[in-house]
Amino acid sequence: MNNQRSNFFFNVDWVMVFIYLALCTIGWFNIHSAAFDPKHPGILDVATDYGKQFIYIIVGVVLAITILLLESRFIAALAPALYVITSLLLMVVLVVGHKIGGNQAWISLGGGFRLQPSEFAKFSTCLLLARYMSGTNIKITETKSFLTIAAIIGFPMLLIMLQPDTGSTLVFSALIFVLYREGLSPYFLILEGLFITLFVLTIKYNSPVYIVGSLILLALIIILLFRRNRKLVSTVLIGLCISAAFVLSVNFIYTKVLKNYQKDRINLVVGINKDTKGRGYNVNQSKIAIGSGKLWGQGYMQGTQTKYSFVPEQRTDFIFCTVGEEWGFAGSVVVLGLYLFLLLRIIYVAERQRSPFSRIYAYGVASIIFIHVFINIGMTIGIVPSIGIPLPLISYGGSSLINFTALLFVLIKLDSNRMGIVYA
Amino acid sequence: MNSFFIRRYVISGIFITIILILLAKLFYIQIIDKQYSTYATKNVLHKVKIYPARGPILDRNGKILVQNEPSYDIMVTPKEVKPFDTVELCKLMNIDRDEFNRRMQKAIKYSRTAASPFEKQISIQTYASLQERLSEFPGFSPVTRYLRTYPDSIAAQFLGYIGEVTDKQIKQSGGRYQPGDYIGITGVERSYEDVLRGQVGIENLVVDSRGNAKGSYANGALDTAAIPGARLTSSLDIRIQKLGEQLMKGKLGSIVAIEPSTGEILCFVSSPTYDPNLMVGRERGNNAAKMYSDPFDPFLVRPIQAYYPPGSSFKPLSALIALQSNMITTQTSYDCRGVYWAGNHPVPCFHHEVHGIVTLSSAVAQSCNGYFSMVFEKIINSKGAKQTATTFDEWRAKVAKFGLGSKLGLDLPSEGKGDLPTAETYNKIYHGTNWRSSTVVSLAIGQGELLATPLQLANIECAIANKGYYYKPHLIKGIGDQEIIKPEYKVRNYVGIDSAYFDQLIDGMQAVVERGTAKASSIPGIIMCGKTGTAQIRNTANSVFVAFAPRNNPKIAVAVVVENGGEGGKWAAPIASFIVEKYLRDSITTRESGITVDYFANANLMPDPETYLGKYRYGQFLKADSIRKAFADSLRKRQNIKSAGARKTNSKAVAYNLAPAVKRRVNE
Repeated sequence: MNNQRSNFFFNVDWVMVFIYLALCTIGWFNIHSAAFDPKHPGILDVATDYGKQFIYIIVGVVLAITILLLESRFIAALAPALYVITSLLLMVVLVVGHKIGGNQAWISLGGGFRLQPSEFAKFSTCLLLARYMSGTNIKITETKSFLTIAAIIGFPMLLIMLQPDTGSTLVFSALIFVLYREGLSPYFLILEGLFITLFVLTIKYNSPVYIVGSLILLALIIILLFRRNRKLVSTVLIGLCISAAFVLSVNFIYTKVLKNYQKDRINLVVGINKDTKGRGYNVNQSKIAIGSGKLWGQGYMQGTQTKYSFVPEQRTDFIFCTVGEEWGFAGSVVVLGLYLFLLLRIIYVAERQRSPFSRIYAYGVASIIFIHVFINIGMTIGIVPSIGIPLPLISYGGSSLINFTALLFVLIKLDSNRMGIVYA
Repeated sequence: MNSFFIRRYVISGIFITIILILLAKLFYIQIIDKQYSTYATKNVLHKVKIYPARGPILDRNGKILVQNEPSYDIMVTPKEVKPFDTVELCKLMNIDRDEFNRRMQKAIKYSRTAASPFEKQISIQTYASLQERLSEFPGFSPVTRYLRTYPDSIAAQFLGYIGEVTDKQIKQSGGRYQPGDYIGITGVERSYEDVLRGQVGIENLVVDSRGNAKGSYANGALDTAAIPGARLTSSLDIRIQKLGEQLMKGKLGSIVAIEPSTGEILCFVSSPTYDPNLMVGRERGNNAAKMYSDPFDPFLVRPIQAYYPPGSSFKPLSALIALQSNMITTQTSYDCRGVYWAGNHPVPCFHHEVHGIVTLSSAVAQSCNGYFSMVFEKIINSKGAKQTATTFDEWRAKVAKFGLGSKLGLDLPSEGKGDLPTAETYNKIYHGTNWRSSTVVSLAIGQGELLATPLQLANIECAIANKGYYYKPHLIKGIGDQEIIKPEYKVRNYVGIDSAYFDQLIDGMQAVVERGTAKASSIPGIIMCGKTGTAQIRNTANSVFVAFAPRNNPKIAVAVVVENGGEGGKWAAPIASFIVEKYLRDSITTRESGITVDYFANANLMPDPETYLGKYRYGQFLKADSIRKAFADSLRKRQNIKSAGARKTNSKAVAYNLAPAVKRRVNE
């Protein structure tokens, strides 16, 4: 037993490690294609972004091994400290941050390397959330606990919102899955789904009166049909009130508060604005790239959209274009399949934990990976507003890769220790 | 706590659903909707036009009249320009610093990443010195273009010139022309535009998102090569064309020479002429402006656009018609007393000379006005005075058969019709049908309302030389290696005169040169048959001479008009004789009369520009206008000569008002 525990590969979930390495490799090769520089053709040439990405992968692997060498107990203990550090960094970035594309999200490290604190905030928030929620006497249904949880998630969200980085802010909202799994009323989840639907409808048709009217009509029909079920009737009535308030406030925010570029991005997705040369240029070119891949793709380094840089930001946020264009629908299925497999594997792993800390943390990891995949790929094919967040493990970028490596390997480490209960 | 265990399935379900939605949308974009690959191709595909070299034009013996000379444009791509020694480049290109900055600004305004012209049309000599240094200036690159070049600087009006297409032409071409393309504006360049232009090639290039070329698309599988314009072989003979232009220096008028057995035009001189090289290159606009304001109008294609009274050169035709209609025989005689009285209208012979008893050939030889007036009146009055209008139109139809009063269908644009009046014309002038043969008797001697182009005059000589028919005159005898001629140029056009009637007339025409009005122009050893004409207009006269030679098996028919030249025998006939001899013998022998080429080439007969304006050109305004308009359009792009245009318009109006004054004429 002792002998086994000293081996850091003991009980490691090789499935997740394999998916991790597969996604990193796919990312590396696609960055090679997307950022190809004829003067530095070698995929290992560190003067280029693909060379750098290789360094990040090596750093990631070293970090992964380091994490596996740590004590699980130590990781849990570290959570508050990490949370404080990343929060400080999020504040520092607002002061000394490097502005790229309107977001003040980077701290320059020199030598062309930059740190993006919002990436690490995802990891540290997950850890602290797991640590707090796994504590004894913490019940999500209790107001005090609920508010504390909301504060843990809300504080980094607020700081990131100030950058302003809408994409990373949204990522934190995915943690609702964690809360739901840990006992949050399903109404919250339903409400979130309802809100998204109402949001799109409100923006698209811009006539809150009709939407509220039809909501009332719908509610009346349900109440008439099920008037015996008093509980349902009251739930529907409350839902109606909340929905109506939501629709009106969305309309207010959209018309009065949102900045024009934010409106444009939203409009684009709900199909109001068909401007393919201005705001819509990225998404339109991205769809062209992916669409021209057809079934089998145009082949490695053969995509004309990729090769001749028609899609801006291709190696980072729009890296999936390269996958779609050069590897076709087949490639898309493989990549999405890997993600789905990873997500389901994390849920499977989460449920086999004895420690609530590990389980909560695992759901956090799954939520964050899921929201990234959904927003990023959804954006490249135009079903989500163009919000700049990276595709986990595939997009170019050290901060993002290291964040996801840490997220995943902490989970693998915790999982390898699942026999021993880790107390916070 | 584990009571919520079941929720794992809800969360998994949400994850699976969302991923499936993404996959469904991907399936739609990648598999079902085909438009995206079309757009992807559109994005990278850039079609580049490759301009073929314009076809060269040769003379009948294969000597070059116009060909192409490479010239170089220096293109600049602002983005690639690195700091360099500006002074050095300015020196090489011969521009100053301000000009350099101005051009750079213009290029940057056009595009930072695409090349645009920095310096246009650099000659090969300048380029040679620039070429080796050009690599020191990144961002600057040469592009070869072809310019028209005329080695002998001749036949300007015949060849015409090219210029950038106008917006209207682009619209009408249905995509064949694009801004910056060149198109023939006048002359052969215009009438054979389709052949000379060649076929534009298309190169399919792959470009990146900034429009930079990245290589060939689909390995050039879709590219089409540019096909150079066809080589045109004209019927012109460069030797006599050169001689003709030399002889017409300092004079106004035309020389048209035609090979009677084919209708091919051998010589096509319009004077004043200009060096066609002036209409090419960077100084084109300025040169054109200068010529445009020239009162003698070098752009007027006199052989087909200037109308002249044929004068006595019309007499042979007049005689032939009378013979054919049996109104006279070759023996019909007339006693010339110096003046012929048509009713109470006197038609004097030249200098009131008394010719005595003349018959057909002697009347031609001595150019007796009385004889031809008598013949004309006889024809018109053959059915009685009341039938004047009818008989006149019958006579007119016979004249028209020789090609007067209508276009001959020359393969050059803007050919004039001349003017052959109808009975209706006179009905209008005299308010009814009470005009008589005596009223219009001046037509008998090629005057009155009758006007012809030099080309029409030369064509009449072809019909006489061929004894009864002519081929439509034309300027191009071959396209590429093919000897094409439009079928209509192979058809004999009969003029309705039996060949038997020609001999006596030709005797007379031979006598004109041997001992008559053109005696000084006889060529030793060559029998030339001709007819002089002198059309006095106010205080000046046009010198006209028409001829063909040799008498047997004629090889050349020629018409010469020298404006302001006086008697036909004095200027036009000697010039024609040099052309004929040069063509038949390739050299000029010493003449008994002592006339020399040098004397004629150096003579200056230019009229006073103040009184000249438009004198012989009434009726020509519309024709000239269309050319001017095309020309003005091409100039307007350069925006430098608006004032000249306005001035010219005024002078045309003056010319039109002068027209009625050119009514009374006295012939030799």
